[in-house]
Amino acid sequence: MFDRIKSFASDFFVTGEPMIYASDVAIVLVLAAIIFTLTFLKKWKWLWREWITTVDHKKIGIMYLVSALLMMFRGGVDALLMRTQLALPDQNLLDPEHYNQIFTTHGTIMILFMAMPFLFAMFNIAVPLQLGARDVAFPFLNAVSFWLFFFGALLFNLSFVIGGSPDAGWTSYAPLTELGFDKGPGENFYLLGVQISGIGSMATGINFLVTILKMRAPGMKMMRLPLFCWSVVASCVVIIFAFPALTVALALLMIDRIAGAHFFTMLHGGNPMMFLNLFWVWGHPEVYIVVLPAYGIYSEIVSTFSKKKIFGYKTMVISLMIISVVSYFVWAHHYFTMGASAGVNSFFAVASMLIGIPTGVKIFNWLFTMFRGRISMKLPMLWTLAFIPCFAMGGATGIMLAMAPADYQYHNSYFLIAHFHQVLIGGVAFGLLAGMYYWWPKMFGFRLNEALGKWGFWFFNIGFYVCFMPQYLLGFMGMTRRVSTYSADTGWTDFNFISSIGAYLMGIGFLFIVVQVLYSIKYGERDLTGDPWNGRTLEWAIPSPAPHYNFAHIPEVKEVDAWWGMKERGESLVQLNRKKKFTPIHMPKNSGIPFIMAVFFFISGFGFVFGWYWIAALGLLGVAICMIARSNNRNTDYHIPAEEVEETEAAYGRV
Amino acid sequence: MKSLWRKGFFILIIGLLFLTGCSDKYPVLNPVGPAGEREKNLIVLSAVLMGIVVAVVIALLAFIVYRYRDKPNNKAAYKPNWDDSKILEVVWWAIPIIIIGVLSFYTVRDTFALTKPPKNSGEPITIEVTSLDWKWMFFYPDQDVATVNYIDVPAGRPIQFVLTSDAPINSFWIPALGGQEYTMPGMAMRLWLQANEVGTYTGKGANFSGKHFEDMTFDVNVVKETDFNKWVDKVKDTSHALTKQEYQKLAKPGVIGEKSFSSYPKSIFMDTVNKNGGLYMNNDWMMKDMNKSDEMEGK
Amino acid sequence: MALSNNEAKQRSSKHDTSRLLEYQRHDGPLNILGFWIFLATDLILFACLFATYLVIRTHVDGGPTDKDLFEIPGFTIETLLLLTSSFTGSLAVYEMRNFNKKRLIGWLIVTVLLGIGFVGFEISEFVQYVGDGATMQRSAFLSAFFTLVGTHGAHVSLGIIWMISIIRQVVKFGIEPINARKVFIVGLYWHFLDIVWIFIFSVVYMTGVVS
Repeated sequence: MFDRIKSFASDFFVTGEPMIYASDVAIVLVLAAIIFTLTFLKKWKWLWREWITTVDHKKIGIMYLVSALLMMFRGGVDALLMRTQLALPDQNLLDPEHYNQIFTTHGTIMILFMAMPFLFAMFNIAVPLQLGARDVAFPFLNAVSFWLFFFGALLFNLSFVIGGSPDAGWTSYAPLTELGFDKGPGENFYLLGVQISGIGSMATGINFLVTILKMRAPGMKMMRLPLFCWSVVASCVVIIFAFPALTVALALLMIDRIAGAHFFTMLHGGNPMMFLNLFWVWGHPEVYIVVLPAYGIYSEIVSTFSKKKIFGYKTMVISLMIISVVSYFVWAHHYFTMGASAGVNSFFAVASMLIGIPTGVKIFNWLFTMFRGRISMKLPMLWTLAFIPCFAMGGATGIMLAMAPADYQYHNSYFLIAHFHQVLIGGVAFGLLAGMYYWWPKMFGFRLNEALGKWGFWFFNIGFYVCFMPQYLLGFMGMTRRVSTYSADTGWTDFNFISSIGAYLMGIGFLFIVVQVLYSIKYGERDLTGDPWNGRTLEWAIPSPAPHYNFAHIPEVKEVDAWWGMKERGESLVQLNRKKKFTPIHMPKNSGIPFIMAVFFFISGFGFVFGWYWIAALGLLGVAICMIARSNNRNTDYHIPAEEVEETEAAYGRV
Repeated sequence: MKSLWRKGFFILIIGLLFLTGCSDKYPVLNPVGPAGEREKNLIVLSAVLMGIVVAVVIALLAFIVYRYRDKPNNKAAYKPNWDDSKILEVVWWAIPIIIIGVLSFYTVRDTFALTKPPKNSGEPITIEVTSLDWKWMFFYPDQDVATVNYIDVPAGRPIQFVLTSDAPINSFWIPALGGQEYTMPGMAMRLWLQANEVGTYTGKGANFSGKHFEDMTFDVNVVKETDFNKWVDKVKDTSHALTKQEYQKLAKPGVIGEKSFSSYPKSIFMDTVNKNGGLYMNNDWMMKDMNKSDEMEGK
Repeated sequence: MALSNNEAKQRSSKHDTSRLLEYQRHDGPLNILGFWIFLATDLILFACLFATYLVIRTHVDGGPTDKDLFEIPGFTIETLLLLTSSFTGSLAVYEMRNFNKKRLIGWLIVTVLLGIGFVGFEISEFVQYVGDGATMQRSAFLSAFFTLVGTHGAHVSLGIIWMISIIRQVVKFGIEPINARKVFIVGLYWHFLDIVWIFIFSVVYMTGVVS
């Protein structure tokens, strides 16, 4: 009996690695510390009432943000491990097996569990406030989305200590990921973790599209929508049309793996090419899903910190929409080398290059927004200014990659690695950090320390170029991606070493940001005005942090920069408070069902990972019960009494 | 300041690229065959055009950020409501459209050109390539020899590589000769390359295929025609024949060194393709193309 | 029951009658638009499954082909059942607009029963195939067939459970804006499944039998 338990445990838990044992200990200690602190401070109820059951978009946004930063840390550690391994030739800090796991988790986490939640954090925090709305269209569904993301990410990360991490790349190409080549549960963790959080992403896409279409303040026509909201529209449209393909790709591969079907197998008529198609039909639009909202963030920031209207508002909207449509017709540029006919390759090459046109136009519009403005170098603006050259270069190499014949030489080399890190870090990560700095006072009511942030900014930026510029050259030297080591006679040592130094500089930059946040929690300057940047859109018209109901009275919108216009005319929401009577505000009630339902999803996913179908079935039953319970619940909303609204506004000094 | 620094860095990188481009450390920029040459020309053309665009953007950014910085005594114009200029917008819609137009033209031209053998060259030689876990199997149907993890090819003759995989998807890449193509289970795909200079070049598996994927490198020995024939004779004399059983053994996951075989079962390559689903690809353009070229060679 | 009809009419008179009942609460239009968009995502999901099916339809690996497998009476009955249920689903919404609670419930029950009949026939069809050795592990074609048709079947099954839950709520709360919205949305879902089935009928079954 004991032997059976022992052999089970040695399969179940990842063993034999000092690094993993250290993580085991760290996880147990952190969990114990969290449980102890919560119990000691009697905060369990608070946690449940204020956070776990919340349907408030602002709190959900904060939870997304915290999760995204944690995942950025994990993905970053993965990256540093890889760069350490590659700094010198013939190292075996990581054996190939672990290296493969680490680049897989790095990619998956950074795209799906860092960029996506970070983005949704920005959606949640800014969109309803910019619209002059009191919440999103479906607050309950919003909570469901968050918890599905959370437990999907948890399931994925669990593979590190239980069962083993996936090791076939974040693209998870079949037939490498079929049972014949990849038996372990790691790949199942990938499939289910991504699937569960993907359902949440799809729901978020629907949620925010409906919110923007239906819940704008009176007078806010579509062409008066802040550009960030427009970018969210574009991004949500792409989510809605792209994510089902991922759902299908992952589901079919899972059916192959757990039911022995033959969609993508080599034998019995399977067709691995189909997986690549389905994956990239989602995978390329996914890039635009994450980068379009970043464009929106830059547009807000450039205009605010140049104290000037955005240049060419209409062009900005049109180019966003063009990009979101064309993004569906470029996916095959991920495999020009798969032997498609010259005609097919030409089509996808030209379509991919076409994306460069509206993107280039946007860059000029940002530049000319600053032209004849007054540019103040606050942190959000710094990151935006750093974005422009970085993204211009990344875009340029993107065009180079889109030229199919040239791509035969770049494909799967470090040139490609350098390119997509430059657009994803320079485009997306810079944008998300800029957005975080921009909306931080609105979220928490205090500002982040500028000096520490500037240290972080410079380390991260210089580190970025030191890390990735040499990788372009490594590509020309023929270094392929995903190699776990190389021999000295390849001549790749120098540039790899420089690149690793850059990675560490970026790591230091991240640490500065962490220190900056911790320092500012204690010493940060409180934002009493609600409008620390002299903003232009409605979120700056209300106090920081925003009250639970956002707007005591919803203002009438007369132009694109609604709040700027009000300020010009000497109007404010305080006046509105004085002029109009307070009325009860209709709000959605908190609910524990989203959390419980996501737990059941997690249980079910865990059952599928190990092929324990009774657990999987139990989980799905739980999900169904949660849905029925929700459907039958008629007690889902309430009114905040007018007196309470008045008191809250009074406490902010706004009556 | 920052942007100036960045501009400097960019110039440095481009400079480095061209300075070092002549060394054989950069096979992609220093190719020895017409396919690689064509691809390099495209790379250089696009790098120059895009480099100009990026330089303009960075210069504009540096100028604007400096001139319109928020300082109390800044005398530059401040027009907070200036947000539209038809002329400017037309200009920066037009510029990228022209650049993309030019690049598209060359892209399409070269995409089609690379599917054909290089012009004005000698008699093509065919090599059938199978990627295995984690090694490369090469068959020479005309010479009836086979090798593992290395190839000898005659200089100056077009090489028709026919690619498949008996393992997960990989990618067949010899940077010094030209760009890569995937090896797909169940498909037989063609890649035209040619080497004009005698020497040894590195080929590699470029697509991740599992645990020991980085060990999938192979030597490409480009030799003179006469040496090539000598090499074929030598393999015929000194090696044993590959049997189906031995192929099965080779196909099992593992890492091995170089091997040569004096002959091999003729049908083995197409058997592999068909076993892995090639059966269903009969209407595929590649197979049609291949059969056609086989007929051509038959003549 | 007449009383409850009156009651429903009374309820309705409290609301704005210029708009349909399901649009009268603030969340009605939101949920309905949201559900339309959800249907778009579901449509793309099915499109991907259809594409996969079409790509590997002929990949039978020496096993049974679609022509060997499909029998006209089986899928014809399934089609008739589902098409009829779509019609009765419309009748349910029609009766809801008339505030006839009894008939609304009646037609919903008929719809559910027809749906159960459809799923029953589909299961027996699957069981028969598996009995003949045509399992989803046999070939890529069968994997795709079972997954595509099975996904649709799973959607219908989910719809049945959903509809039963709504019937319960209609019995309890009568015809009011929330229930009207729910009936309307489940109706949309049901028609959507009907449309998907028409594609399955023509792309999978008819093409299979004719080829």
